[in-house]
Amino acid sequence: MVATTSYFFDHLWLIPLFPLISAVLMLLIGRVVPKGAVNFFCVGSVFLSFVHAAGAALALLTLDPAHRVFQQILFEWVTPGPIPAVGGPVPFIADWGYLLDPLSCVMILVVTGAGFLIHVYSIGYMSREGGYYRFFGYLNLFMFSMLTLVLANNLLLLFVGWEGVGLGSYLLIGFYFLKKSASDAGKKAFLVNRVGDIGFLLGIFFIAATFGTVRFTSQGLGDPVAFAGINETLAAMLNQGRLLIGGPVLTAIALLLFVGATGKSAQLPLYVWLPDTTEGPTPVSALIHAATMVTAGVYMVARMNAIYQVAPIAMDIIALVGALTAIFAASMALAHTDIKKVLAYATVSQLGYMFLALGVGAFSAGVFHLMTYALVTALLFLGAGSVIHALSGEQDLRKMGGLWNTVPATSRPFLIATLAIAGMPPLAGFFSKDEILGHAFSRSASIDRYLFLWLVGVITAGLTAFYMFRLLFLAFFGLSRVSPAVEHHIHESPKTMTVPLMILAAFSIVGGWFALPTLWGSKSSFEEFLEPVMTGVIPETVAVKFAHHTLLIEGLLVGISVGVAGLGIWLAYILYLKHPQLHSKVASWPRLHNVLIHKYYVDEIYDAVFVNRIKDLSIAFGLFDAKVIDGLGVNGATWFARGLSRVSIWWDKWVVDGLVNLVGKLTRSLSHPIRMFQTGVFSSYGVFILIGLAILLAYYGLHMQVLVRGLR
Amino acid sequence: MMSPAHYLFLSLALFLIGCIGVVTRRNVIVVLMSIELILNAVNINLVLFSRIFGDVAGQVFALFIIADAAAEATVGLGIIIAFFRNRETVEADEMDLLKW
Repeated sequence: MVATTSYFFDHLWLIPLFPLISAVLMLLIGRVVPKGAVNFFCVGSVFLSFVHAAGAALALLTLDPAHRVFQQILFEWVTPGPIPAVGGPVPFIADWGYLLDPLSCVMILVVTGAGFLIHVYSIGYMSREGGYYRFFGYLNLFMFSMLTLVLANNLLLLFVGWEGVGLGSYLLIGFYFLKKSASDAGKKAFLVNRVGDIGFLLGIFFIAATFGTVRFTSQGLGDPVAFAGINETLAAMLNQGRLLIGGPVLTAIALLLFVGATGKSAQLPLYVWLPDTTEGPTPVSALIHAATMVTAGVYMVARMNAIYQVAPIAMDIIALVGALTAIFAASMALAHTDIKKVLAYATVSQLGYMFLALGVGAFSAGVFHLMTYALVTALLFLGAGSVIHALSGEQDLRKMGGLWNTVPATSRPFLIATLAIAGMPPLAGFFSKDEILGHAFSRSASIDRYLFLWLVGVITAGLTAFYMFRLLFLAFFGLSRVSPAVEHHIHESPKTMTVPLMILAAFSIVGGWFALPTLWGSKSSFEEFLEPVMTGVIPETVAVKFAHHTLLIEGLLVGISVGVAGLGIWLAYILYLKHPQLHSKVASWPRLHNVLIHKYYVDEIYDAVFVNRIKDLSIAFGLFDAKVIDGLGVNGATWFARGLSRVSIWWDKWVVDGLVNLVGKLTRSLSHPIRMFQTGVFSSYGVFILIGLAILLAYYGLHMQVLVRGLR
Repeated sequence: MMSPAHYLFLSLALFLIGCIGVVTRRNVIVVLMSIELILNAVNINLVLFSRIFGDVAGQVFALFIIADAAAEATVGLGIIIAFFRNRETVEADEMDLLKW
């Protein structure tokens, strides 16, 4: 363990902090500051994050490869005390701490790099939108969450970032919240993700209960003894025979975590939310739903690779789900006419590739694909946004065409991205996709079923090339089908939008060159960089082995995948450019076409099976509420209270008041005879006075002697 | 020569006439006049005993009572007029508010 001191290591915590500060500023006082200040704070903060991330990456590269790991614990965060675990209670603790190793290093570079470019792009794209400061505040909030997610040193903190990006995604998809479809899409994304998150959370609990810790590793800290990590605990438990490789506990953990990943990374069967996210502003689609957030699931599985490597059944399921997602999403992209929807399905399809890679045990290849496709799909979305911007909001491919020379700064980078995603050498997508297919094929040397996965991957590559070039030809080539009203003011996007496109295009070309060494049979430098994180904890004998092929077979594999992609491009060229009348004939196979347009009716099936059943349940609950709770409970209580008050009123009126009145009446009737003397007529009073006088006189008359004696 | 008894009987007669007038007459003005009779009966007694005992205090009292009677008649008539304005009557047995 080397004690490393470097400015960028010591200030790792600043990377997520910059966007957080500016997000808080924007959401508190953003309304009153001018646009320039919004740009300065929001874009500047992400730039600072990028600088610190790049600095940390460089500092990491200078270290000895075996020691490229650095952990920084900011403070103890959750300390609930002992929790029950397998083999007695253990003191549970979760820190707010950051972990920098090759894997998170790649992630923060992708997140801050793509994030910064997309922030710059948004300055131009959002310039005429309302709620400018709100948009940037949300974007920065998202950046903070995403960086927390990838830098977290434990699963619980990762989960905080995980939910934070979900929140950011929800807020940004529903950015045009007055539009019903947008707010619906936001809700859908949030709810579908909840389904996955339940699995993820259960997985975290399961891990905490099994290993007694949620920290990833104890490496990179001064005192590893006091700090149990999942990887180290797993290794110890396997050594002591307390856990079985491929046993039910590990498989359950791995599958539960994967459920979370299917939600966040839009895999079957939870991918349905992602195509709808195109309702949000285009930079959001690029940042969240192409480049960063959707890769969180891939990142998480790669991060937990030590567990996955000892859960082969879970790995097979991941590989199968990934391959199926890739091909289904690709086929759904074939018929769509909304430019952003096609790209959204392309994203789902590429995420499927990544999971295919993870599932066959090629974790590095999965992360490699993650990195190249983060850049490529971000570029595709940004390019699409630029086209939409140029066409004053038109998203329908049928109303585009012939834009190649009208918007040159958009169309050239878009062509590069399309070639890259189609897997044409020597662009980025070629290397990463080929590495995945190669690994899948290598596994098939020992186990036949991987051959099927490889085949699915190759077919998907062809489909990808086809639908991406269909999009390209429809949008930029052929005759213009733009409506005349729009045609007048087609304009190239401002510099803030086109410069990020060019930078991303450059990366789309060179991003794959890390993998050049594979061509002459040695390991790719990217794979070497990630290797310390991806080795897992199991002995060599059990580890996944990839057969090594001769140069001839390698070349053949490359030839097949490039050939299939080329076939796809050729088909797209024939159908959409050379003989445009042909594809309308294809579309006249109504049944197949309809199935594709309606995305295999998956949304409808989900509606029928889940959504409407839940609605029914809600209605039943509503009725229960109205009839039983309100009817019996609330109204019953009212009725009872009213009855009780009636009794009380009766008691008050007749008994309590009655007693009071009784006293009054008694007094009154007792005084009645005396009262009769007071007639009110003064002459009768005179009579009484006289009577009294007469009585007095009579009395003194009888005692006159006393009076007379008194006078004397 | 008139003995003191004559005066006392005159006084008694006036007093009784006044008393009977007060309790029997319905007209309030007549009642007031009867009260004057009673007062004057008292005056006769006072002056009589003043002469008998040679003490002028009795006569001074008589003078005070005369002044008092005048004042009482004035106030009484004022009340009667005010009452008449309200009730349009000066009948004693209709004045029955002084109760309860």
